[in-house]
Amino acid sequence: MAEAAIQLIGINKSFGPVRANRDINLEVERGTIHGIIGENGAGKSTLMSILYGFYQADSGEVRVGGKPIAINTPNDAIAVGIGMVHQHFMLVENFTVIENVILGAEGEALLKSSISKARSELQRLEREYGLEVDPDAVIEELPVGLQQRVEILKALYRGADILILDEPTGVLTPAEADHLFRILKMLKDQGKTVVLITHKLREIMAITDTVSVMRQGTMVATRKTSETTVEELAELMVGRRVLLRVEKGEPRPADVKLSVSNLTVRDSRGVVMVDDVSLDVHAGEIVGIAGVAGNGQSELLEAIAGTRNAEAGTVMLDGRPVDVTGHVDPGELRDRGLAHVPEDRHHVGLVLAFEEAENSILGYHDKPQYLRGPFLNIEAIHADARDKIAKYDIRPASDRLKTANFSGGNQQKIVLAREMEQDPTVLLVGQPTRGVDVGAIEFIHKRLIAMRDAGKAVLLVSVELDEIRSLSDRILVMFAGRIVGERGPDASEGELGLLMAGVEQREAAE
Amino acid sequence: MAFVDALAQLIDATIRVSVPLLLACLAGLYSERSGIFDIGLEGKMLAGAFAGASAAAVSGSAWVGLGMAILIAVCLALVHGFASITHRGNQIVSGVAINFIAAGSTIILGQAWFSQGGRTPPLSGPARFEAITLPGADALRDVPVIGLIYSELISGHSILVYVAFLMVPLTWWVLFRTRFGLRLRAVGENPAAVDTAGISVTWLRYRAVILTGVLTGVAGAYLSIAQNAGFVKDMTAGKGFIALAALIFAKWKPVPAMFACLLFGFLDAASIRFQGMAWPVIGKVPVQLVNALPFILTIILLAGFIGKAIPPRAGGVPYVKER
Repeated sequence: MAEAAIQLIGINKSFGPVRANRDINLEVERGTIHGIIGENGAGKSTLMSILYGFYQADSGEVRVGGKPIAINTPNDAIAVGIGMVHQHFMLVENFTVIENVILGAEGEALLKSSISKARSELQRLEREYGLEVDPDAVIEELPVGLQQRVEILKALYRGADILILDEPTGVLTPAEADHLFRILKMLKDQGKTVVLITHKLREIMAITDTVSVMRQGTMVATRKTSETTVEELAELMVGRRVLLRVEKGEPRPADVKLSVSNLTVRDSRGVVMVDDVSLDVHAGEIVGIAGVAGNGQSELLEAIAGTRNAEAGTVMLDGRPVDVTGHVDPGELRDRGLAHVPEDRHHVGLVLAFEEAENSILGYHDKPQYLRGPFLNIEAIHADARDKIAKYDIRPASDRLKTANFSGGNQQKIVLAREMEQDPTVLLVGQPTRGVDVGAIEFIHKRLIAMRDAGKAVLLVSVELDEIRSLSDRILVMFAGRIVGERGPDASEGELGLLMAGVEQREAAE
Repeated sequence: MAFVDALAQLIDATIRVSVPLLLACLAGLYSERSGIFDIGLEGKMLAGAFAGASAAAVSGSAWVGLGMAILIAVCLALVHGFASITHRGNQIVSGVAINFIAAGSTIILGQAWFSQGGRTPPLSGPARFEAITLPGADALRDVPVIGLIYSELISGHSILVYVAFLMVPLTWWVLFRTRFGLRLRAVGENPAAVDTAGISVTWLRYRAVILTGVLTGVAGAYLSIAQNAGFVKDMTAGKGFIALAALIFAKWKPVPAMFACLLFGFLDAASIRFQGMAWPVIGKVPVQLVNALPFILTIILLAGFIGKAIPPRAGGVPYVKER
């Protein structure tokens, strides 16, 4: 067995009553890519923050290169060759690349010589690892993938031998993620050790040599990647068998509940985002809209939900028209049986500073069951929230907890519970599982199928092709604001991919 | 020639009234660039003016006065730092509190110590910063143009005037050419980036507010022992707020800050000069309106004529390590 780059022995860390890490043991071999996988809140990030000196462990030992070592600040970690690429980039956005790279590692009191030294060092790193980036570019003008590259450069500039990446692909497009993986492989070939934290199974399988699984603050298993399967890892993560593809019966579509005709929507810059789109959603079916992000799906959903004005076209909700081009009141649409799970739960779906119970009635707070005269009926609201928590398995089961303190998956369940429990006729769902962990994804998918089977008309927008394929009864593909094709649920990934890329645009348009 | 003389006098007055604005503005620049908003510039300046005048009156030395002004202003700056950096308090509330403390305590202490209705005793001789004549100013006095510019406008100010204007390139250099400046700008934009780079956010911000204290102290000393000969209650008269407006106007950059302060100084000087003057067409303008002019212009300028002024992104937000 090769030498261990990092050994963690018996690490414990609590935040108040929450035990984020319990007796963690981990050994990372030098010159490998080691994945750490687990659901959101399993303690992966905490563990890595301890290794980087951002937090101090309550107990336990860290060994780097075989030597026990105390890491109390990020400086200590940097000194022993540990570099970290954070999930939320630690970059000064209006600084140039080179300024960000030298920040904290300037060397001397005047910048001139440190900048010229950094310039030649960056050229060397670019040659060795293919990490190309213009040193004088301003960070905020760079695409996310390049910003991440700057983070990697920062770590390498400080002489990192061990690179920790925390959920590095969450913000990347698939192409950018592939590029990142190539860089990581190159780093590995040069003898660097890479620790990759993620909750995406596919990434683990694609790139790691070894994988460790965390669940609820404990390290449950370590496997050679070549000797394990996605199913096994998913089970280890969640602690029970997980269905990666939902089971569902045949759809029984009935009347048209939502009918969109010739809808055209412009964004605030005046660009046509939705171009003459028509579609029908029947009761008892899920219609999925596939497409690469930014092809008008978001705007389509918002226009139907009444949160964005359309320029032309008509929308019929349960047989009655909606004034989408003039004055639309989302509240009125809600009363007419339209529920909307918005794509962006943090900014649109929830008020993060509110208690769970407050969010669980938001938008429905003037329904008679939540009121007592002109006042809110607090007891009724809380009782209702507790019902939803039980029914949707929202954790922690606290209707008084601030919504920001729930994990992504549980926040999404709060929104879903609120919208689904109003018994809508039409349900609009945007990116239902974005940033949601495996266990919650399964739950959410089952709920959506249950809505369908209960005779609701469901319109689903997602950039996850797997999700679209496993849930939808009919798949519409959007490209450049138009619906470029309709396929059945058994359409192959390749076929849909071509449509999403704009190939075969003429064919099969409605 | 009368017009040229009048203009020269106006410019001379502009320089003199701009100096406290400029010092306070640069003071605010250090603090705000580090992410600590400071509306307590006014209070620190006032306290500095009082402390400076009192110490100068007692000791008979302008330099002792200056030292005391700086000391007291730094103490108040540290209070602001303690509240907003160490205890992550609301920076606006802390700043307002400092303004109140300064406004009240200077009058009370002044009355208790000197019994002159809140004034300090008039200063003269070495207890004041006198105007200094630059070398060659007398010799060049009669040379046309150059003589006027050098001898009348450049020469003949107190040393603090030169200090204030030298602070402009110095601040620029510190901010954009030194390690400290790089870190200072970074911590005002994204303290988490500074923290993860292994630099102490707290210590960096404390150094910034201390610098703010030093410069507001100098600004206060200038008011009470250079421009005037003693402390009068509320003698800052809103200059700390005008300095803040100038800072926003200048988008937190040192050289534009100087021009902004000169502009506001000019308006102030002009309003004194044009008081009671009859204008063509509109006739005599009420004194109050003339006095209000700088403030009205501030609002107009800030409301729409400078484009978007983007403050340091982490400004006003206490830094808490994220879980």
